Amino acid sequence: MTADPRPAHPGATADPAGPSGRRAAVPLDPSLAPPGTRAFRDAGGIPADQWHADQNGETLVPTHCCFCGIQCGMYLRVNRAGKVFGVEPRNHDINRMRLCPKGINAYQQVNHPDRLTAPLMRRSRDEEFAEVSWDEALDFTVSEIRRIQEMYGKDAFGLLGGASLFSEKTYLVGKFARVALKTKHVDYNGRLCMVSAAGANKLAFGIDRAGNPFSDILLTDCLLIAGSNLGECFPVLTQYVWGARDRGATLIVIDPRETAVARTADIHVALKPGTDSAFFNSVLAVIVEEGLTDEAYLAEHTTGWEEVKAKAAAYPPSRAAGICGVPAEQIVQVARTFARAPKAMAWHARGIEHHSQGVENCLTVINLCAATGHIGKPGAGYGTLTGQGNGQGGREHGQKADLLPGGRSILNEEHRRQICEVWGIEESELPTAGTSMMEMVWQMQRREIRGLIGICNNPFVSLPNYRVVKEGYDAIEFHAQFDFFLSETAANAHVVFPVTTWAEDDGVMANAEARVVKHNKAQEPPPGVRTDTWVMCELARRLGAGDKFAFADSREVFDELRVASRGTVIDYYGITYERLEETGGIAWPCPSTDHPGTPRLFEDGRTYHDDGRIHLQAVEWHLPVDPYSDEFPMSLTTGRTIAHFLSGNQTRRLGALVEQSPRPWAEVHPSHGFRTGEPVRVTTRRGSEVFPALVTEAIRPDTVFVPYHWPVPTAANALTIDALDPRSKIPEYKVCACRIEHAGELDLVPSPPMAPGHVAYPETQVSRTDPSPPTSPQGRGTSEGADAP
Amino acid sequence: MMGRTIFIDPGRCIGCQACVSACRECDSHRGKSMIHLDYTDEGQSVASLPTVCMHCEDPVAPCAEVCPADAILVTADGVVQQADTTRCIGCANCVNACPFGVPKIDLGAKLQLKCNLCYDRTAYGLAPMCATVCPTGALFYGTVEELQAERPGVQVADTFVFGRTEVRTGVAMVVPADKVQWPVPGGLPVVEINGKDVRP
Ligand code: SF4
Ligand code: SF4
Repeated sequence: MTADPRPAHPGATADPAGPSGRRAAVPLDPSLAPPGTRAFRDAGGIPADQWHADQNGETLVPTHCCFCGIQCGMYLRVNRAGKVFGVEPRNHDINRMRLCPKGINAYQQVNHPDRLTAPLMRRSRDEEFAEVSWDEALDFTVSEIRRIQEMYGKDAFGLLGGASLFSEKTYLVGKFARVALKTKHVDYNGRLCMVSAAGANKLAFGIDRAGNPFSDILLTDCLLIAGSNLGECFPVLTQYVWGARDRGATLIVIDPRETAVARTADIHVALKPGTDSAFFNSVLAVIVEEGLTDEAYLAEHTTGWEEVKAKAAAYPPSRAAGICGVPAEQIVQVARTFARAPKAMAWHARGIEHHSQGVENCLTVINLCAATGHIGKPGAGYGTLTGQGNGQGGREHGQKADLLPGGRSILNEEHRRQICEVWGIEESELPTAGTSMMEMVWQMQRREIRGLIGICNNPFVSLPNYRVVKEGYDAIEFHAQFDFFLSETAANAHVVFPVTTWAEDDGVMANAEARVVKHNKAQEPPPGVRTDTWVMCELARRLGAGDKFAFADSREVFDELRVASRGTVIDYYGITYERLEETGGIAWPCPSTDHPGTPRLFEDGRTYHDDGRIHLQAVEWHLPVDPYSDEFPMSLTTGRTIAHFLSGNQTRRLGALVEQSPRPWAEVHPSHGFRTGEPVRVTTRRGSEVFPALVTEAIRPDTVFVPYHWPVPTAANALTIDALDPRSKIPEYKVCACRIEHAGELDLVPSPPMAPGHVAYPETQVSRTDPSPPTSPQGRGTSEGADAP
Repeated sequence: MMGRTIFIDPGRCIGCQACVSACRECDSHRGKSMIHLDYTDEGQSVASLPTVCMHCEDPVAPCAEVCPADAILVTADGVVQQADTTRCIGCANCVNACPFGVPKIDLGAKLQLKCNLCYDRTAYGLAPMCATVCPTGALFYGTVEELQAERPGVQVADTFVFGRTEVRTGVAMVVPADKVQWPVPGGLPVVEINGKDVRP
């Protein structure tokens, strides 16, 4: 176990005054005031580390939350027996003690009774899983890889990674695919998350990350949040948003739903799903029209402005209002507010990125920031909110189909040569670019890919158009999955490797600010469980590439990663485990060990393109791919609920979170005549499912919202469309045509599949199958539990 | 006036229930949450409001006053403790007496459960678990000066009126600056008792 380097107990350094960091004058010496009196408490009480010293031999291991891209700091409480048994808030710079319910309950996964503790195996899908030895599972996997690659070629075997893995592991995924499997087919589930923003940032700035740290939100005068249910998806960020509001900043929210943050916004633009780029073009048109552009900035720092301006002019508010279904005055109001603010910022998330024009949507936001000169200053800039904990870091070091470590292109000869040198292989051995995650599934359907290893992902819930996904996976001859719970996808596999949770290994993640943070091992893995690193290295050894995978632990992988990223834009060379522990996180690029990191980009006005300019791109709005018709007149849009994380494989097993959101629902406007709790059938061109209605005025009448964390028969992704953005290959989750009608009865929410010999928490099971309707505007249960009226 | 205490700001609450989950983690009643989270405007908006024990000061803790078993201790520093398990008889008098609807009864164990301001933490200078984690700061622990330094112009109230009874509390509530009204009406106005119009 990593020794706790004597972190101060939260209370010791904690400032009860919260984010401001101000501490009111303490008039009394606590030793003079008797304990148990208000004077004693007000004087600061007993120093918290002393209080902590008598906690029964408990240790606090400083680490970070395993879930979203905020990466809140937390302590895991470890008992005398070395087991994680609780959580304690941590006064880390990012979250200042705050946590959301997912973070608070995360520790319950670590010793959860559903944990897989032995490899599961079957030779065909007609058999039941049996627990087998590690040797048997590894040998079978290797023999299947060999068989498939000998019969159908190297590229017939694919690898799908995940962005909840530590960066060390995502680096290994990319290296394992290219060096051990020698296949070009490797991609990851971050492809479903924020690659549109990545693509847009790369095009415009030559660097793929947010421009500003979260703390800049506190300094801004106008905060524009586009397509992010920030309150539910990144709850801890609300303290920054409210902090800005306290300082008098104006809050603009662009979202078809009135979310908790939209509710408090100065301007809430409830636009029709799939019309974002028309809206932002129009905002830009007004800014140009009213002479609010920063011409000096544009002239000095950008290229392509004339085309952008000309294209925007085609979207006057009178036209855009019709496309977006919002009042034209609101467009004008947004334009004036954003452009006139001394400092303005734009943050966006999946709401504008999950589209067949996701990259273009993000580009229109960048155009807006550039046109008004709101870039590269404290309180002025742009950012994208990463859904997965390592959504940022997960794509930086070669897990993506077309990228090598350090964000190098796999198609660039110079880049290939550099990496082959680090890896010690011939350039001719290095495969070229593969295809994206959804495309790989289509290839599986067509039997072009015959075998697959999945690590830390659950496409049966997370990919759109479930029918296609199921067909693809059923068609492959061999499927192995790494996971610590038996996910819906793992239940389809031939081999399941039981691997560690985030609390059982060391590693780094990069959060939405591109700040690299260190996670520390808090307990030994349960007997029978191995780290993903160990499994990949062991498979590589058995495949004959052992010399390239002689890593004993994460630190050794990280040190190779640092070297592999050296000299690129995504430079990790100066970041070491020791520095991360000292500083609490360093933002890349960080080229040398005395470099402080780069929390804010472009402060010198230069981007990462050779000419140092922002390459603005003109954007034409187009309709979503799935056309509306008399039969399918409404938009279906999907998203998250606060209690659950992505495919729900982790959070659907934690009692408190299940109780908070036991099942999905369909959020509909009162004008359709439903009553809350009534079964409503949502039908798209791909399928039809029944959900309890949640009737609320907080959604557009032409839109239906269904959260996506559940598997069939209540999977939002059985209804969504597998259309992709042509550049980022992100699926169009956020809009497809649908209709709604009254239905007879509700489908029950199925329980996640169980591994042999395991039982879930009984109370979790009860909540999971309880068909009672949602009880509140957000479909959450009340604090009384799921059975409240 | 008040020392270090909890301030509730419903304008910031996003209904995330982090406070509810955090309350379950508190060592003094592990596994059970003492926080009520209400969605106040269902069907119209996503507004939500957390309720923690208000630690009434004047009249001192109605729940404690009515307890026939003398099970509810009010400490010298004004914290109304959860009923002492060796004394509590589970009669629910406190549940009926509390104007804010805070205490709960564990029917199986016949014991009362309520927020005791994380006494295991606050007595040692830490903030209560709910106010520590609340991601939005809707629950804030500190002094009123600390609150106002962080949120310029914020107004708070610690006196609530129920019918003709005023209750001054140890925990305070943020009220909209332009709507400061003193004391703040708590609950619904009482209009009749046993069929008799009691409006003042
Ligand atoms: S906001 Fe994100 S990182 Fe923070 S506790 Fe919640 S899920 Fe974890
Ligand atoms: S934690 Fe804070 S924001 Fe979340 S429900 Fe509780 S009071 Fe509201």
